[in-house]
Amino acid sequence: MFIRDAFALSFSWSSPMKQKKLLAVASAGGHWVQLIRMRPAFEFLSLHWISTSPGVASQVDREEFTSVRDANMWDKPGLVLMAIQIAWRVLLYRPDIVVTTGAAPGYFAIVFARLMGAKTIWIDSIANAEEMSLAGQKAKRWATHWITQWPELSGDDGPTYIGSVL
Amino acid sequence: MILVTVGTQLAFDRMVGAVDRWVNKKDIQVIAQVGPTEVCFSNIKYKSFLEQDELDHILKTSDLVVAHAGMGSILSSLSLGKPIIIMPRKASLGEHRNEHQMATARRFQNRPGVYVAWDEQQLVVLLNRWSTERFDHVDEISNTAPTEFLANLKQLIGNT
Repeated sequence: MFIRDAFALSFSWSSPMKQKKLLAVASAGGHWVQLIRMRPAFEFLSLHWISTSPGVASQVDREEFTSVRDANMWDKPGLVLMAIQIAWRVLLYRPDIVVTTGAAPGYFAIVFARLMGAKTIWIDSIANAEEMSLAGQKAKRWATHWITQWPELSGDDGPTYIGSVL
Repeated sequence: MILVTVGTQLAFDRMVGAVDRWVNKKDIQVIAQVGPTEVCFSNIKYKSFLEQDELDHILKTSDLVVAHAGMGSILSSLSLGKPIIIMPRKASLGEHRNEHQMATARRFQNRPGVYVAWDEQQLVVLLNRWSTERFDHVDEISNTAPTEFLANLKQLIGNT
């Protein structure tokens, strides 16, 4: 009986009817402004948002929002704390897909979600017209889709261009 | 009312200072997000960081935005149809990690509603121009990404 229930449960988990879970991640500021412009592409998915300022929660569904510590490359303790917060959220939410515009929180989300088998989409900020961002370069090996918003930067070994948020 | 913003990460005293000196003895209200700075400004209302709600509200009621050449500031202003003067940060002056804001400024310089001040002198010239003629013609953008981009992204997401 127990085994049958377990089977039924695992079957329902892998059912194609299940709504896919998307985790959308960006640090507050320009990265976030670009991410929320993509919202229409996330319709019909279960959504959770992560950013670095609780203040931006009002722009999305507050219930589905996690704020993490802000940190950059020069703040190592901050980065470690941010990474732990994001790892925890990824473990709890178990996203099927991660979409991020960067920077540090997006990188961590992509690493942890990739390790759990999710599809990971890195969309580099439109501000990076001449080369991929630092976080973007680090994210390359963890991203199943590595995207630029500038056609000039795309190439065989480089990022893919699919248009821009503007 | 003029909204001045340097974004969320770094101070940009060269720009804020120029606006602060320009507005002295003028009957114009200036509200600024100045970032982490030790500098004090005397003729403007400012905070180092404004909460998103607060910033959105000020942006909606402002007549002009003066900002660093950051994408967040530009996209937010244009999606509300507000004219914006952008001044790029210079990495050579320690204002950013690289010169990407110069590239952003070059890209936007011919867009209606976007005015580029390459330095403080040009910022003052543009502010004077705005105070006499206003900048009415703004190429307003939608608050979502273009349909083609959204369709491409949806395809990437969908085809797991």
